[in-house]
Amino acid sequence: MSRGVLGLAGLAAAFLALVTLPLWLTQIYYVNVASQILFYAIFAFGVNLLLGYAGLVSLGHAGLFGIASYATAYLLAAGWGHPLSIIAALIIGLFSTAIFAALSLRTSGIGFIMITLALGEILWGLAYRWISVTNGDNGINVHTRPTPFGFSLTSAEAFYYVTFVVFLICAILVAIFVRSPLGAALRGTRDQPRRMTALGYHVWMIRFWACMFSGLLTCVAGILFVYYNQFISPQTLALTSSAEVVLMVISGGPATLLGPVVGSALVVIVKSVVSGYIARWNFLLGAIFVAIVILMPEGLVPGTVRLWKLGWRRATTRRPSVLKTGGPPA
Amino acid sequence: MSALTVSALRKSFGGLHVTKNVDLNVEAGERRLIIGPNGAGKTSLFNQITGDLTPDSGTIRLFGQDITQVPAQRRPHLGMARTYQIITLFARDTIVHNVMLALLGLSKSRWNPFISLGRQRHLVEDARRAIDRVGLGHIAERPLAQTSYGERRRVEIAMALAQNPKVLLLDEPFAGLSIDERRDVQKLLLAIPRDVTIVMIEHNMDVALDFADRITLLHFGEVIVEGTRSEVVADPRTREVYLGH
Repeated sequence: MSRGVLGLAGLAAAFLALVTLPLWLTQIYYVNVASQILFYAIFAFGVNLLLGYAGLVSLGHAGLFGIASYATAYLLAAGWGHPLSIIAALIIGLFSTAIFAALSLRTSGIGFIMITLALGEILWGLAYRWISVTNGDNGINVHTRPTPFGFSLTSAEAFYYVTFVVFLICAILVAIFVRSPLGAALRGTRDQPRRMTALGYHVWMIRFWACMFSGLLTCVAGILFVYYNQFISPQTLALTSSAEVVLMVISGGPATLLGPVVGSALVVIVKSVVSGYIARWNFLLGAIFVAIVILMPEGLVPGTVRLWKLGWRRATTRRPSVLKTGGPPA
Repeated sequence: MSALTVSALRKSFGGLHVTKNVDLNVEAGERRLIIGPNGAGKTSLFNQITGDLTPDSGTIRLFGQDITQVPAQRRPHLGMARTYQIITLFARDTIVHNVMLALLGLSKSRWNPFISLGRQRHLVEDARRAIDRVGLGHIAERPLAQTSYGERRRVEIAMALAQNPKVLLLDEPFAGLSIDERRDVQKLLLAIPRDVTIVMIEHNMDVALDFADRITLLHFGEVIVEGTRSEVVADPRTREVYLGH
């Protein structure tokens, strides 16, 4: 019981800290870092649905992320309004996800990794070469941010709060999904696909819906990303971006709710904050990943829980007294 | 009425003919034992009946309905359940979660992404009832990873029974069990009502023979002998290929 209360208290504290973040992090730079952590966490939620809960590793998700970003930027540049551009970007993103899923779900395991990798590379190539639409290497600028209900998102704080609200909605949706029957079925297809078929589940269709949900989260993150940077270029769709999110999930803890958030925080902080002090930040990030894989192969969140429980048990169980049983010979 | 009819079933992998023109007719309520030496094609036959493998030719009927082309995941919905020779369970979850997955597989709510699975009281209660039935009620909440081999065999059976099948396919339910455990499982199987048709692959003749109404002997993908228990045991071909002298 006390452990559950402790967890709730921790969540409440984290929530309060995030709500009041712009008040105690007065430098705009750090507020922006916090926004980045949150929308990359949404992206990582999406990748975690497949990697953690479905056992399907995608190395092409940056492509879907990029499609939503490019669609938003392109439609805005074409003169569409913000709400329409966002909705159209989501529709285009989901449609692309459906094609992506239909092609890659023909396999699982290594095959799935390779097909998603290939699809991601194709999308990157398109962004790079389809100059009439994507403006090639120069990318597309987004000049304004939306103003929902007359609330301007120009300031870092305002953008942070909107990102935070979207993040909360996504986190709650994921939390509901993983506890639902469909979530349980998805985990079942990860552990025993054959048995799931024999129990009456349509394994392919379950994985397909998981891909769609994952794609939705990825596109939401992509739209936040393009509004945050107010710029999109092919770099965003590169393989390294896909790999980075996969690493966020693996380092934070796959198939956990908090893992993607912790992983996103780790990568974003090392990339944007620590890189200001250490020129070889890539090396540092690599070293951290190696350390995680060696010390906590299950990821930071489950690993910390494991160590915490171990410490708790050590602290609460009394050691058997040696003296009572006679003691050592004098 | 026939519960399960297999006619002229053929399946080969390249030059290896695992099922050669197999005919099998199991009456409703019957207990059929399928025996045969290793590699006789017993599990391959099961896999074709459940839809894991597609036969090259021939038909499979369930209560008269041709299900040869019905996808594997639809067959449980038509009343077919199976257990595996090699235990195939969800090792990270509790026993109760394993059985709930079996129940959920036949429920419409398996597609629901919004409700909480743990709050589906009727599923939890039905799962507990199925677990009590196999005598594991006292450890229902235990993670599967902390259970013994014999207990897992019974979880396999609980999952199949939870689905209330009309035809139950048991692939070596006694494999790897101790004498005591075998007796427990035997009691469990004998308690299954006669409205369930059972087809069982088994090597443990001491427990399996008592159970069977009729026996089919497979050898190199072919039905060699079929008949009542005494007929098959007395048949010289059975002694030759299977029982030994």
